[in-house]
Amino acid sequence: MRARIKKFFDSGTLFVWFCGAAVAASLLMVGGVLLLIMINGLGFFWPHALVEMTLTDGTRVLGELKGEEVIPHSATPEFPEGKTRVRLKVGNRDLYGLDFRWVDTDRIAKAGSPNDVAAFERREWGNFYGRIREVSRSEGVVATGNQDGWKALQPLIKQANDLHEEIEHLQRDVIGDINFEIEGTRLKIRKLELRGQGDAGEVAALQAVTRQLETRYRKHVETLRALSRQLDEYSVLLVETNGREKRLPVGQIVKAFRPNDMGFFEKILTYFKNFWSVLSEEPREANTEGGIFPAIFGTVMMVLIMSVAVVPFGVLAAFYLREYAKQGLIVRVIRIAVNNLAGVPSIVFGVFGLGFFVYAVGGTIDNLFYPEALPTPTFGTGGILWASFTLALLTVPVVIVSTEEGLSAVPREYREGSLALGATKFESMLRVILPCALPGILTGLILAVARATGEVAPLMLTGVVKLAPALPLDHHFPFLHFERKFMHLGFHVFDVGFQSPNVEAAKPMVYVTTLILVMVVIMLNLSAVALRNYMQKKFKASAV
Amino acid sequence: MASSERSQDKTPKITVEDTDFFYGEKQALFKVALTVPANQVTAFIGPSGCGKSTLLRCFNRLNDLVEGARVVGRICLDGRDIYDSSVDVTDLRTRVGMVFQKVNPFPKSIYQNVVYGPQLQGIRRRSVLDGIAEKSLQGAGLWEEVKDRLHHSALGLSGGQQQRLCIARALAVNPEVLLMDEPCSALDPLSTAKIEELLHSLKDQLTVVIVTHNMQQAARISDLTGFFLMGELLEYADTKTIFTNPSDSRTEDYVTGRFG
Repeated sequence: MRARIKKFFDSGTLFVWFCGAAVAASLLMVGGVLLLIMINGLGFFWPHALVEMTLTDGTRVLGELKGEEVIPHSATPEFPEGKTRVRLKVGNRDLYGLDFRWVDTDRIAKAGSPNDVAAFERREWGNFYGRIREVSRSEGVVATGNQDGWKALQPLIKQANDLHEEIEHLQRDVIGDINFEIEGTRLKIRKLELRGQGDAGEVAALQAVTRQLETRYRKHVETLRALSRQLDEYSVLLVETNGREKRLPVGQIVKAFRPNDMGFFEKILTYFKNFWSVLSEEPREANTEGGIFPAIFGTVMMVLIMSVAVVPFGVLAAFYLREYAKQGLIVRVIRIAVNNLAGVPSIVFGVFGLGFFVYAVGGTIDNLFYPEALPTPTFGTGGILWASFTLALLTVPVVIVSTEEGLSAVPREYREGSLALGATKFESMLRVILPCALPGILTGLILAVARATGEVAPLMLTGVVKLAPALPLDHHFPFLHFERKFMHLGFHVFDVGFQSPNVEAAKPMVYVTTLILVMVVIMLNLSAVALRNYMQKKFKASAV
Repeated sequence: MASSERSQDKTPKITVEDTDFFYGEKQALFKVALTVPANQVTAFIGPSGCGKSTLLRCFNRLNDLVEGARVVGRICLDGRDIYDSSVDVTDLRTRVGMVFQKVNPFPKSIYQNVVYGPQLQGIRRRSVLDGIAEKSLQGAGLWEEVKDRLHHSALGLSGGQQQRLCIARALAVNPEVLLMDEPCSALDPLSTAKIEELLHSLKDQLTVVIVTHNMQQAARISDLTGFFLMGELLEYADTKTIFTNPSDSRTEDYVTGRFG
């Protein structure tokens, strides 16, 4: 018997099963994570049905059904499985104080999904669920009743949104440009003063420019005020399900929809529209509403800058270690150190980045090149460049190790063949060895990108912010603003999930941001993989 | 050491004078002296580890790459010591080409492989490179087979074609000497025959030194043969003499297949 067990064990069948189980477990975990994120994240965009319930005490509840659970310790002889309760997102935060409400199932007298209830997405206070009583203009009522009001409201919302866009354009582009110029002129004047070249004529000319700009600025602010007043021209009187009223300027409404009245295709259309607006819009209400475009942009741009920084750096180091350095104790020690660098906690890199890049390098740059802006730091504060460099430092071991592996995989025959044709060592490396090692280098880049995209801790010290006023890339010379602070998806998840005033309401946003972060990682990786495959095809045709 | 009459009436291309070679502490060649005549095929034979490849790789100083490698003695190309400090190694290697035991076309296109050497010398004109590519591939007897797919990967060729491509690549820089380190050991008999044929035609243009394990091959293609054993050149003479009437009994044992 024992012999048979031993034979079975030695045959390796058990081992194969264990190996398979390990792989299956890993796959399950990865799949489970992705599935969880996808279910929670993708569901966010769907226009959920609104349920109106009449409770046994006569009051009514209106909202989105968010789940059902057994009340803990509620099992009684009549209810052996316990009573249940449902969770509703009732919105109307300004009226109720809370977005969510639990309702015990046995208190529900009647429940239905009436077609005439609407959800209003507002610029403040979250969603409003209810009906319309009247739509009015400053001087009088335009439409009364839910049905007429709804019809009258649609074009008004569209109009208000256009108005918002115009205001946004005026604020960001027109007034932003003027502010940019005013600041530039101020710095020019300050520079002249610092140099002691208080050439009165020049300064006066600049001051005249400033005054001119300020006049233009005031004019645009006037326009802005007028536009803002237009926003409040129409207002709508909303009524929640129990009859409490709420008057709202139409300019406060982002969009209104009646999910119960929508057909399936309309819902799908809304779904994609919602998806797109999250991808393309700016955040609202402490990041818990609106879009996450700046965060996506910041993440991608930071990873790109990091890649540009890390690849040459890592590749050169690897070339030195593998091709030029005399292999011996010192190189071995360096290699061990490089490998260990990959294991250093990322926050340590963050502290280093803050101390070295931000304060030391950035501070010096400020003193040398931007003294006129001081005491406001330009590079001497966190920014996308320092964050990218910090992450480059964090990921450089990965690139070094993969490049070294790529280099050692280049057959000796290639080197000898190249040298035998009269190439110098440098020429051989550039023309034969580097192309052969490219897949290895790009593998390193893929790993670096994957690690860098997900890293949050070091960024918090070196330049990430909750809400960045401007993107690090715009139409102002020099277009790329490396000193600017930026937003990042990973930090956004943290911020929305843990720092927002209303965590429960922000939960869908957390999942959406996570989903998009994962998608960005996958996209960046896929493009790096595509690049590698292209290179491999170019340099190593597999026609054999 | 019996040098044949024939080798002496030819101009010497490479002369080796009492050369020792060391890999670190280990001595690989002992007092080797020989003369490789121009426009002849010279074969080095001997059992594995006898030093024939080492000597071959001294001729283009490829041994410089090995850490701790050291040459004591004189190896001259056209009468000039190639280990002299004034010699430009890359220049030497364009004059002394090499074909390796393991076929090693670069993972580039056929065309790029052939023009690799000329490009290193700074030739950029497309028309000139095209001419060199065609001439070299013709010289290696490969032109007809690859002319329609010059820009396909070299790794798509068969083993024999790849080796001839390596020969073409070496020919493209117009070398005076071609070193061949067991060029046929990984090839099938047909490809081998093609390369042997090629060597005959190459003889007019350049000097060939070939290391081989294949006795018949040495007998078929070479004019002179050197027999190495344990780092010593035991016998160096006309191929015919070596194979029919060797003066050393160990040479006879080896060429008749009694050992090695």
